[in-house]
Amino acid sequence: MEKSNVSHSCKAVIIGGSAGSIEVLLKILPALPEPLTYTLIIVLHRKHTAESALADLLTSKSRLVIHEVEDKEPLLPGNIYLAPADYHLLIEHSLVFSLDASEKVNYSRPSLDVSFESAADVFGPSLVGILLSGANADGTLGLKAIKRAGGLIIAQKPETARVAYMPQQAIQEAGVDYVLDIFELARLLNLLNNQGD
Amino acid sequence: MIEEHDLDLLLNDLFELYGYDFTNYARASLKRRVQRLCSLDKFPSFAELRYRLRSDETYLKHFVEELTVNVTEMFRDPGFYRVLRQEVIDNLRAKPFIRIWHAGCSTGEEVYSMAILLKEANLLHKSLLYATDLNPTVLEKARKGFFSLSEMKLNSENYIASGGVQDFSSYYTAHYGQVKFDESLSEKMIFSTHNLVSDSSFNEFDLILCRNVLIYFDKSLQERVLRLFYDSLAQLGFLALGTRETLRFSGVEPKFKQFSQEKIWRKVT
Ligand SMILES: C[S@@+](CC[C@H](N)C(=O)[O-])C[C@H]1O[C@@H](n2cnc3c(N)ncnc32)[C@H](O)[C@@H]1O
Repeated sequence: MEKSNVSHSCKAVIIGGSAGSIEVLLKILPALPEPLTYTLIIVLHRKHTAESALADLLTSKSRLVIHEVEDKEPLLPGNIYLAPADYHLLIEHSLVFSLDASEKVNYSRPSLDVSFESAADVFGPSLVGILLSGANADGTLGLKAIKRAGGLIIAQKPETARVAYMPQQAIQEAGVDYVLDIFELARLLNLLNNQGD
Repeated sequence: MIEEHDLDLLLNDLFELYGYDFTNYARASLKRRVQRLCSLDKFPSFAELRYRLRSDETYLKHFVEELTVNVTEMFRDPGFYRVLRQEVIDNLRAKPFIRIWHAGCSTGEEVYSMAILLKEANLLHKSLLYATDLNPTVLEKARKGFFSLSEMKLNSENYIASGGVQDFSSYYTAHYGQVKFDESLSEKMIFSTHNLVSDSSFNEFDLILCRNVLIYFDKSLQERVLRLFYDSLAQLGFLALGTRETLRFSGVEPKFKQFSQEKIWRKVT
């Protein structure tokens, strides 16, 4: 995994996770470079009631502020966005978020597939998709869509995930470009930063 | 995967043939809805869906109903209703007459929730609740006031979480898996079709609720609708949006003052 391979023109990184993914984020977010040159979007399956406490928890571990998305919020490079509970998170070509409270997909809302596919549509080859720990098959179809659009796709190394099923599914079905442990994920998020070089 | 260009053609058909204008709906979400219908109704190709829509008006009705998202529940987001109950309604008490508009009311759960709040505050007798939607089928359901008994558990939990202290089941009578809400609640409701894309203001209101409707619109259509609400509100009237909807990205923001974190604003200029 050399810098030349991955930093080509990364405009956005989208991370999806379910059970066991918050602990991963709490480790990799503090290691994020600053300023961030891409937009970071986080979509997690979570309990309706946990609410914005999650954004606060993640923010406390990172020097950057994590925005829990409101409808039609613009996507800016350097910012970190978190999908709100109970809405699907979509991205418009005009680079604003749209929320959608329609049927659950893969028993989930937000669904990782929905956000990944929408991000692939907008960012094409400038997108990196990362799938973390979880017990659900959500995310695999979305990673495929990212790959089809020319983006880079990555799964958390199943042995390092509290629940291996979700990344395992992606490795089997989506043909991921890299399988990375938590330390390597943090390193990747740094390599993707274009420090003007 | 449906191409942008195909979607444009379809939206154009809907407008030219039937007068439904979805061109300013949020694209990403609309595209998913069309894709979902294409696979749910088992069309082998997009061209076949388009042909069916052009030739079969009954299918069109189904299509439009399914394209829009109608899910709703009573006392949806109980924290919001708690603020309505404890703070907003008191501000309306002194009025000789209270006018409320539910824009995009779907099957009416929101309107019945409001009627219950007003009744408990002893204000329902001097209130009128205008409930509008684009879709005549959901309005018909709302007008009849029948709901499924299986939904009452969630509705009742929401009611309690919103600060309700009555026995929720005292508001309805159950019949074979269905419930009918008390006529005294629906007496003050007026249901009517109204399209936020094209129709104009029809009265002046003290409170407008438009929750989980704007998220399906793009920014330009949101702007139009928010203007319409501004024009339809009395001075210091209240505007209530869904939990993740905001005036923050709109040109009308300076004309409003946020009243509560629960997405309630007041018209101030
Ligand atoms: C998700 S429901 C919201 C119900 C309720 N307000 C709530 O928050 O639970 C959205 C409603 O908006 C209606 N709608 C969509 N486009 C509309 C338009 N252009 N004019 C009026 N209503 C519209 C749909 O028919 C649907 O019933």
